[in-house]
Amino acid sequence: MDPFLDFAEPVLDNLDLYATGLWTTLRICLWSAFLALSLGTVIAACRVSPVPPLRRFGSGWVLVLRNTPLTVVFFFVAFGLPEIGVNGEYYWFAVAALSLYTSSFVAEALRSGVNAVPAGQAEAARAIGLTFGQSLGQVILPQAFRTSVPPLVNVLIAMVKNSATAGFFGVAGDLSWVGDTLTSGRGYAVIPVLLGVVIGFWILVLPAGALLSVVERKVAVVR
Amino acid sequence: MSAHANAGPDGGVLYDALGPRGRRRTLICTVAVVAAGLAVLMGIGRRLADHGQFASEKWTPLVDPHDESFELLWRFLGGGLWRTVLAAGLAIVISLVVGTALGVVGALLTGRSRWPFTAMIHLLRGIPVVIAIFFAARVLPDLGVDLDILWYVVIGLVVYNSVVIAEILRAGLNALPSGQREAAVALGLSRVATLRLVLLPQAFRIMLPSLISQIVVVMKDTSLGFIVGYEELLRRGNIAIQTTRNPLQMYLVVAIVYIVINASLGRLAEAVEHRMARSRSAGRQAPAPGGQSEQVQPVLITHPVEDEPPTR
Repeated sequence: MDPFLDFAEPVLDNLDLYATGLWTTLRICLWSAFLALSLGTVIAACRVSPVPPLRRFGSGWVLVLRNTPLTVVFFFVAFGLPEIGVNGEYYWFAVAALSLYTSSFVAEALRSGVNAVPAGQAEAARAIGLTFGQSLGQVILPQAFRTSVPPLVNVLIAMVKNSATAGFFGVAGDLSWVGDTLTSGRGYAVIPVLLGVVIGFWILVLPAGALLSVVERKVAVVR
Repeated sequence: MSAHANAGPDGGVLYDALGPRGRRRTLICTVAVVAAGLAVLMGIGRRLADHGQFASEKWTPLVDPHDESFELLWRFLGGGLWRTVLAAGLAIVISLVVGTALGVVGALLTGRSRWPFTAMIHLLRGIPVVIAIFFAARVLPDLGVDLDILWYVVIGLVVYNSVVIAEILRAGLNALPSGQREAAVALGLSRVATLRLVLLPQAFRIMLPSLISQIVVVMKDTSLGFIVGYEELLRRGNIAIQTTRNPLQMYLVVAIVYIVINASLGRLAEAVEHRMARSRSAGRQAPAPGGQSEQVQPVLITHPVEDEPPTR
């Protein structure tokens, strides 16, 4: 038999499992991306708001979640949420942990975007009589967003790779769970199985990276 | 970084100094926010209390030196912290060596001979660290390489981080004014000598803040070692709660340890970056003759330094 087919047999035998694994990982990532982006935007808004306790809250949030390992966040969510009366499947705990963790990086990316807008832009906006909302919506945020896009994409790429941790926490069905189950549970050869898992992540991550370099060239602000 | 854009606090760019009405509005918002925050905290606190999370036997082993298990527990956790630091330290040092080698190879390759190298960097970067650790721990023993679990964790961390460091190095090299390389070439230095004597020492200086931030990433990622049974801080905490039965309190302590260490490292990175930014602007008082590198340089320097590492 063809040596390549021989080697790849564990993957080819379980293609359907890999496909559902890829789909599960993608679903976890889409939910987490949506939640992390929304939450991160709120946190970033807190950090730049004129209300002192909101700013404290924002910077505290970022300080805590950026410096805690994702694994610890996972455990905290899994053990902590039931204690305050929130019960759910492990799948949603994983999404919650990944979203909380990623939200701090999203907030940082957005904040650095806002801070990178030269003060003269806002001053000019106010000088011609734009209100706070107008200057924010029409002058500051469009520029801040462009500077934030490359770091935001990097944050999301890192998030997809971080989602691999979920499978080892007992979230059934994602890519790393597939790798663990096929090797530990069903005794397939380790190298081809894990290469299959890695290829799954490449499918998710590499296009985003390539897109990023295109976007970076497109939205780069020349200052 | 933001330093040159606006000197004020975050968001200072968004609004003027507040007038009397604005101040009143801010005050009302402050009171409302504090009240809402307290209400949420009290709600959570009451639920935690209902579940007995404030019972003293859950806390004393961790916080009361008079508790009989206090010393034993902390010695156990301290051992875990030591292993965390050990794995992170080994990983960062080895990654630095491998990453520098990769970066130098990348810098010496030009044109078409570069793409296999770039492809490899991208592929390695796309592997989740957990998978890399799992891979090392499962595959190496099969190949007859029997190592301490520590090394599987370190190898898994090095695979990802050496590539990241190579990229940081590339960004550092790109950030150097091209006159540096041109001057070295004009002096008759070979390409390797140019790199070794002129470019690398300066690139390392520029890289320093990113490298420190990368240590934070590595510190956090050592906790992934738990999937292969490496007894670092988190794993030891997990083992301890089987007897102490206080998962939330334990994870709180573990998280605080991580936050203190990593936030200090983050501060250090920021301080180093500020110092370098200051010395850079001080050293550039005389207008550069071309003027061009003046404008381009800060953008090039700040981008890799600020945007690359903190994404994990």
